[in-house]
Amino acid sequence: MTLRPTPSQTVGPFFHIGIEGFIGGELVAPDRPDAVRVFGTVRDGEGEPVIDSMIEIWQANAAGRYAHPEDVREDVPLEEGFDGSGRTCTDDDGHYEFVTVKPGPVPGLGGATQAPHIDVSVFARGLLKRLVTRIYFPDEAEANEADPLLSSIEDPDARAALVAVEEDGGLRFDINLQGDRETTFFAV
Amino acid sequence: MAHRVTQGAEIVGYRRDDAEVDPPYLAPGYVATQTRAPKRPLLILPHTLTEVTGPVYGHERIGELDHDLTRQHTGEPLGERIILHGRVVDGDGRPVSNTLVEVWQANAAGRYLHVIDQHPAPLDPNFTGAGRCLTDDDGHYRFVTIKPGAYPWGNHPNAWRAAHIHVSLFGPAFATRLVTQMYFPGDPLFFQDPIFQAVRDPRDRDRMISAFDLSETVPEWALAYRFDIVLRGRASTPMED
Repeated sequence: MTLRPTPSQTVGPFFHIGIEGFIGGELVAPDRPDAVRVFGTVRDGEGEPVIDSMIEIWQANAAGRYAHPEDVREDVPLEEGFDGSGRTCTDDDGHYEFVTVKPGPVPGLGGATQAPHIDVSVFARGLLKRLVTRIYFPDEAEANEADPLLSSIEDPDARAALVAVEEDGGLRFDINLQGDRETTFFAV
Repeated sequence: MAHRVTQGAEIVGYRRDDAEVDPPYLAPGYVATQTRAPKRPLLILPHTLTEVTGPVYGHERIGELDHDLTRQHTGEPLGERIILHGRVVDGDGRPVSNTLVEVWQANAAGRYLHVIDQHPAPLDPNFTGAGRCLTDDDGHYRFVTIKPGAYPWGNHPNAWRAAHIHVSLFGPAFATRLVTQMYFPGDPLFFQDPIFQAVRDPRDRDRMISAFDLSETVPEWALAYRFDIVLRGRASTPMED
């Protein structure tokens, strides 16, 4: 028999008490040579910063391997101390920031290759269910062009919105929950 | 049928039946959704290796008393001590073992230890209101805590949240991530709580309400409530392009 999943509910405005000091936004040490800052501002439909959102990321390591038992590709190395997950929350300006590394390319469906990307979950007061998007990398134009997901998106603006923008030596990826510049969100 | 998992290049995704169950992003009665719900339809994200894998958090991250919200300070918190426990299973009833369960909640007076919460109710110096544990091999989890109070909020005139505990789960994959709220049986506030009511099917709403559990109640010490959680089940066939 198939069981119906338990329904999703909002994290509300007070999730900070549950996540403080746990998981965290630095996946690697900031002084590591290949460390990259991924940051942005979360805004609502009125352009106001969302100061009470929780952002989580999930990604492969620099070689393109996931630290998970179902990634069985032993020819791609795991990296000690890198678990591929991060969590942070927006500050009083709606700003969030992760320190991570660019993941390597990973397999897609049907033998395709996916361009380097990070899966992102957004939780907040007013979100009854997480929103999911992906961050792609601006220095991977060729791989992005060939990426099965990106190339399946017809609207060029929706496609472009998934690629981070180089800024101040890091990568800016703003998240607009609603409105003219709404982020491209996915049903997972 | 055998339990299928991803093997090499063949990806076995997760069922998408959460879409029937989960509340819509825009629930007009819950005012904050009006400026935060996306207006464009979501695009379908096929389940690739990225989505059938996900964060794995091991025992080394969990402190000895992280599951006991009544023993995180020098004294005991005020309020009604309770045991909150249950089983985490997937959509086929299989236990989800060794997965992280996080909870956070208001204290017995209905106040969160949070700078934004200015509800005129007392803080409790012996209660933070956050806990975590891993499910065991059979998918079971257990917390000791205090029954949270109801509290007012600004959503509409005389609005009160039904007493609840936030529960966060990762499950085996990025695709199985779930944050929900656990409620208490017989709460008189359900009818006017737009977060609870945003779940469309009353049978699904009922599954967010814990059950009083005499069998796990510890005599002369604490009542127990059981809250079983279902994460999405695995699809029965591999993903195709």
